[in-house]
Amino acid sequence: MPATSTLSSAEFLKTLPGDDVRQILWRFQDRFDLQMLVQSVRGVARGPVARLVAQGGRLTHDWTPEKNQLLEEFDNAGITAAFMEPHEGGYIEGPKNLALSLIAFELAWVDGGAATASLATHLGLAPIHEKGTPEQQAYYMGIAAPQPGRPPKRAAFALTEPIPYVGVETGILCGKVRIAEWPEGGEPILEVSKRGRFITNMGFANFVTAAVESDDPRLKGTMMVILHEDDPGVFDRGTPTRKLVHQLSSTADPVFQLKVPASRIIGGYRVADGQVIPTYDHGNVIEAVFRRTRVGVGLMTSAKLLSAIEPLIRYHRDRFRGSGAVAPGSPRYELGLQQKEDVTHRLLDVWATGEAGSSLGFATARIFDTIDPVEKAKDKYFAEQGIGGGTTVIKALRKRLPDALEFIELNGKGEMARQSARYAELAADPVVQFMIVDAEASVLCPATKLWNTGNGSRVMREAVSLMGGYGITEDCPGFLGYKWMDTQLEATYEGPEAVQRRQLSVTMTSEVFLAQFRQWTQEMRKVAAQAPGTGACTLASAMNLWAWTLDYLQHGKDASGQRLYQGTRQGVTFPMADALCWLLSSRCQILDVENLRQNAAMLQDGAEGTIQFLTDLCHIQSARAAGEVARICTELVYGYMLHPSWTRPEDCNNCFREEELQQIESIIPGSSGFVVDVRNDDGSHSTKAGPCVHASGLNDFTRLRNKLDGCLAGAMLAKDRAGESLQKVMIPAALDYPL
Amino acid sequence: MPYQIIVCGGLAPDPLQTLEPVTTPAGPGLKNELMLPAVFDPWAGHALYEAANLAKNVPGSVIKVVSIAPKAKLQQVMMTVAQKLPFELVPLDGPGGGFTDSASIAAALADAIAAIPGLDKSQMLLFGGWESATRGAGVVMQMVGEKLGITEQFLAVDELKVDESGALIIKERVEGGRHQVSKCAAPPAVLAWATGNLPEPSNHPQTGMANMRAMMPALQKAKAAALTTTVSYASVALPSVTRQTKIVKDVPAAQIAQELADWIRQ
Repeated sequence: MPATSTLSSAEFLKTLPGDDVRQILWRFQDRFDLQMLVQSVRGVARGPVARLVAQGGRLTHDWTPEKNQLLEEFDNAGITAAFMEPHEGGYIEGPKNLALSLIAFELAWVDGGAATASLATHLGLAPIHEKGTPEQQAYYMGIAAPQPGRPPKRAAFALTEPIPYVGVETGILCGKVRIAEWPEGGEPILEVSKRGRFITNMGFANFVTAAVESDDPRLKGTMMVILHEDDPGVFDRGTPTRKLVHQLSSTADPVFQLKVPASRIIGGYRVADGQVIPTYDHGNVIEAVFRRTRVGVGLMTSAKLLSAIEPLIRYHRDRFRGSGAVAPGSPRYELGLQQKEDVTHRLLDVWATGEAGSSLGFATARIFDTIDPVEKAKDKYFAEQGIGGGTTVIKALRKRLPDALEFIELNGKGEMARQSARYAELAADPVVQFMIVDAEASVLCPATKLWNTGNGSRVMREAVSLMGGYGITEDCPGFLGYKWMDTQLEATYEGPEAVQRRQLSVTMTSEVFLAQFRQWTQEMRKVAAQAPGTGACTLASAMNLWAWTLDYLQHGKDASGQRLYQGTRQGVTFPMADALCWLLSSRCQILDVENLRQNAAMLQDGAEGTIQFLTDLCHIQSARAAGEVARICTELVYGYMLHPSWTRPEDCNNCFREEELQQIESIIPGSSGFVVDVRNDDGSHSTKAGPCVHASGLNDFTRLRNKLDGCLAGAMLAKDRAGESLQKVMIPAALDYPL
Repeated sequence: MPYQIIVCGGLAPDPLQTLEPVTTPAGPGLKNELMLPAVFDPWAGHALYEAANLAKNVPGSVIKVVSIAPKAKLQQVMMTVAQKLPFELVPLDGPGGGFTDSASIAAALADAIAAIPGLDKSQMLLFGGWESATRGAGVVMQMVGEKLGITEQFLAVDELKVDESGALIIKERVEGGRHQVSKCAAPPAVLAWATGNLPEPSNHPQTGMANMRAMMPALQKAKAAALTTTVSYASVALPSVTRQTKIVKDVPAAQIAQELADWIRQ
């Protein structure tokens, strides 16, 4: 902490950011339906869910009556119906990605398993919601909506299978489906054989959406089918999975051997040449599902990081209170461990990560709310044009690439360009608009899942360690130990980290995304010009370095002449995906705080201190992001070169001989100190691995890297300032959920 | 007979918050008061839940909540309260703390109630908290009743039943841990509630959204409450917390209970 404060009292954070601040940051200040949903879910999370955790509900793998009671709480609080349309029994109009993300966030604030139980019901329904026939949607969404006097039917999603296909190989299925009977002129009856692994909700699900592959020449490809618990055959829920975490969700390894009508194929089918051809293969369905539901999982970890702030501040402040040896009013009594800079600085890292993850996750959720109607408009347009599925769509989209890039360019040119007729034409074009939001969503979704959970897990460990030994006990306020362990599963659910990196390594190189990325870099400079303390300029420099490095890697070769950026070279592609996530999360955080700054008048009091503190958190996070990006880019740019060697004459072209140094020294005394590489004719040389690297063509990289290093100026001052706020901020007298 | 139930209720800081009295240019207040999360005053909350129960059992009854509070804060609190039961909000923009003059608050509430269009006093039950969590003066409801000309007043109410004749059977708390049961032939009446017997209704966003259609315009149009004060505060402070710790071993439970009872009697 600096010896003297540089801030007025108005510039310190007065209280922890409340709902009014969060609603502006995450852009639902005008959505009263969502504000109410948040309050309703919070009541369940910090009431029944927290009580069950405190009573030891997590200490068994079994699905107990107490856990089952939570489902009823979800129903009563409107959590279950939040997924449905009003005509299906729901109450939220339109896309619901932000709504479901807020639910996951609020529940995970207390317990990730409860959030998973809620999300899994929606996940089970999602294949039907996204790709089901109108009849399937009307029926299943209707029975899944809570109605007075009738308990809702609950769904599970069965994709993952036992070894060897457990894990990332979702493209390969051992679950099989055959045609058992096909009456003349009637509907085929399918025989489904599927074993699931780690299937959530299996302890109570009434129906299951399962991925299977045809084992019959009369049935084409893969598909998803709906299985009912009362279908003829075996509907074995299996034994509970002995997982270590997320114990408030039901997970089991079920076995299904059932006969179902072909009308249960999700999305329907057609018959051609005596073959049943499903409308969608299972890949189409799960892609549409996961790209939405992964966002909520990412936000679960971020919620935990933010939930850790209040109990940690309280623990640090109260650490020495109650001891007779520490007098009230003394700094040790008032500040406790907060007297130590390490404590406040590390807590700020936890807080900044939580803010950045939340900003990224909610931005992604909002993008999906945007994309839903745009995608429908695009599909309608293509249908009118007679453009079907598969490669024809890809070709049609590729044809419109110049238009999409033109729109992005016009968008970045300012208000004048945006008033042009061409801009209006492209803005109204469903295909162009779809290409733009789809490119963004295809990057933001895996970035949220990967960064929020993977990096969040590491930072959550830091939060636990900040609670000392208390952190790893069942009594820890805020259940931090449980939350830390849970993050590991969140990093794995719905596609582990490698899957997200793989997807990012492809989507982040799309031309449409990169065109937007370049504009985002400019956007950060503009933000920095208006609000210099945000770290936006630092981030823009890091974005430039990343973009330069990507271009270099895409065109460059390693020491043995192999291409650097290629699908199989995950040592290159995956770290670049990681680096991008740091940039995206920091950018979203800065934009959210900028939005708060612009709407500060909506806050009743304390806006200046709140904005200053959140701005400092942005600066802290952008500096950290810039550091990560610089490290990764430098490793990749230099790491695939051979280090110059004393034994290769061409590597020693820039070396001096000792005799030359003596001559130089005689002319300009002291100048030989700047020379690092010396190689004499007798083979003796400086004591090091080889001459220093003088790679041609990397001057731009060096310049960008040097610029970035300088851009970190002020980041630690921001941390000091925020640390002072941590010492002064008023927190509630007690946590609002039980221990 | 359907009732027109008017519930008076303000806000209180969330009880889990750290409440620190400070002196402001406008008099005493709480540190960072406008930034602290607020809740619907718990005493008024009991009145509201009892009103909801009565309205549910007497078809045609309506509930209107009259509230003086900072309107932005009131809007946030309504995001929770409005989910619990259907009602109409009559908001007045005003201070939310406990340092306002009770008589001035009562006058503003009475004026707002009298101005409600279509109010039929012969069907009116005026509900509110016997006290409030911010002040605890226990006088506002009586004054509101008097200003509206309602002389049938019941304080510290724990139960309300309606008999076959339509008369109100009201159970009030009286001294010595006892209840007094009264019979009131018909409205209008003031019922200032103690805790009642009903749990807090669960939230449901669907109910809230139906309420908010009318509440949001009302909040946007809320007028400032005309408050005057003749009260001055010499000092304000938190109640002091006394902690006496005694470490004992092998003491029978009965003896511990006796010691506690003796301590309470002191």
